[in-house]
Amino acid sequence: MNCDLCQTEKATIFFSQMVEGTLQKVNLCKCCADDKGVTDPTGFALADMLEGMGQQTSVDHAMSKDDLVCSSCGFSQSDFKKTGRFGCADCYHVFDEGLDGLLEAMHKHTQHVGKVPSTFPDLPALAEANLPAALPEPTRFDKLSDLKQALSKSVEDEDYEEAARLRDAISQLETQLSES
Amino acid sequence: MRFSTLLKKPAEWMRTPGPESDIVMTSRVRLARNLVGHPFPGWARKEDRHLVMDAVRPALEELSEMKDSFSEEMTKLTAIEKQVLVERHLISREHAAKGRGCGTVMNRKQTISVMINEEDHLRMQAIRPGLQLLSAFRALDQIDTQLESELPYAFDHQYGYLTACPTNLGTGMRASAMLHLPGLVLSEQISQTIAGANKIGLAVRGLYGEGTEALANLFQISNQNTLGTKEEEIIAHLDRVISQLIANEKNARMKILEDRPTMMQDQIGRAYAVLKFAHIISSKEALNHLSMIRLGCDLGFIPEEEREAITVLLTEIQPAHLQISAKRKLSPEERDILRADIIRSSLNGLTPPDFTTILTERDNDDE
Repeated sequence: MNCDLCQTEKATIFFSQMVEGTLQKVNLCKCCADDKGVTDPTGFALADMLEGMGQQTSVDHAMSKDDLVCSSCGFSQSDFKKTGRFGCADCYHVFDEGLDGLLEAMHKHTQHVGKVPSTFPDLPALAEANLPAALPEPTRFDKLSDLKQALSKSVEDEDYEEAARLRDAISQLETQLSES
Repeated sequence: MRFSTLLKKPAEWMRTPGPESDIVMTSRVRLARNLVGHPFPGWARKEDRHLVMDAVRPALEELSEMKDSFSEEMTKLTAIEKQVLVERHLISREHAAKGRGCGTVMNRKQTISVMINEEDHLRMQAIRPGLQLLSAFRALDQIDTQLESELPYAFDHQYGYLTACPTNLGTGMRASAMLHLPGLVLSEQISQTIAGANKIGLAVRGLYGEGTEALANLFQISNQNTLGTKEEEIIAHLDRVISQLIANEKNARMKILEDRPTMMQDQIGRAYAVLKFAHIISSKEALNHLSMIRLGCDLGFIPEEEREAITVLLTEIQPAHLQISAKRKLSPEERDILRADIIRSSLNGLTPPDFTTILTERDNDDE
């Protein structure tokens, strides 16, 4: 088995971890492992590494469909897999499946909040549509932020068992919220 | 403006000191923008790239900020001229490899530069001396706002500015500072520092960006996330981290001076001796010694007036700058000789490092 990072050397170091309910595996060669600081016990956290690798998983997932092609520019999903770049602005909408996961891994966010070109029409209709009725009960929100607080505390205290339990509870609650 | 005019003067950031400029060499901010209706440069055909260039270049040249600018197609520049622009941090190494349908526009002061059809249709950069990320951003933001009324930007309310690579989505902004960290290198704290910065979502790179070696103890620190955070917040976060790094670097220097003053003296004295008397010197060796001379200035062992000469040398001794000044292509061996000549003559009037402050402290300790 070859190293997941460089794809050329034989992998000799193997990691496994449960992330959001799925088993993530990372296989590295000695050289990449050193490079990523895996062998340095003070500087390495498996989570950091998986954040980077998660990217690959989401891309693979998005790729599992038959090769989709952007009608504006002819760019295909396998082109994206090869280059890690898109062909044109429209590609973002053609290949949007799995994109949020990829962006979450890259940026920790999926919604732009910075500058908006003045020439760009605001979307008041859309913003309003999202607001009323769809608001979840406040208690749930409170509970979510409580859980998140408890999670950062347990990480600080290095109580990782508790942290894992809280993390699962948070993701469960978030799924419920997004579905309701 | 012609290339020769551009070359004559060192970039403004080299000549004027900025805040914290003993440790922070420069602050840079870049914005990535694309036009709707045209494929991104990496996927575009030559004709598409020309169409984008024909739309973008006049819009840039008309900006008041870019009056009397240097504006050229990449095909009109020689390999050495492109390399000079790379050495001055005005274009990227990737852009230097570009040809047809790609261009570069920059203002006279070399504080604003724009690459046309690099990875995105527009990559605009503002550069300032010292720690001035916000001021660099404001300058660039103004230009961006002027351009957006002329050029139809590719933008999406969820993803922000649409860029070829999803790592730049959102603000399309990368803010970076070039830090001189010899104290952290000498005290072997640098790899920890880099690992720490990585953990909080910042990238640390060498002198010429991604995948380059850290020469002259210079490190570029920049934001990695561009989506989901406002431009000003990204910059405020970087500013906080950089201030902390400055404090750490100063501490490391003080600690070395206290614990191992002779080692510090040796490093600076040795650097001075080599630069002053070498007749053949590689880029790497010269840069690392110049870093020590700069440290000598910071610590007051070398007069402050010498700092500008040293900052200019950091760029002037690089391969393409040497070949421009020699007006011909030079072999690596010839470059090493010319480099040593330039350094010797430039350091000719430089006062040797004066370590009496350290020595008196040590004498006092003995009493």
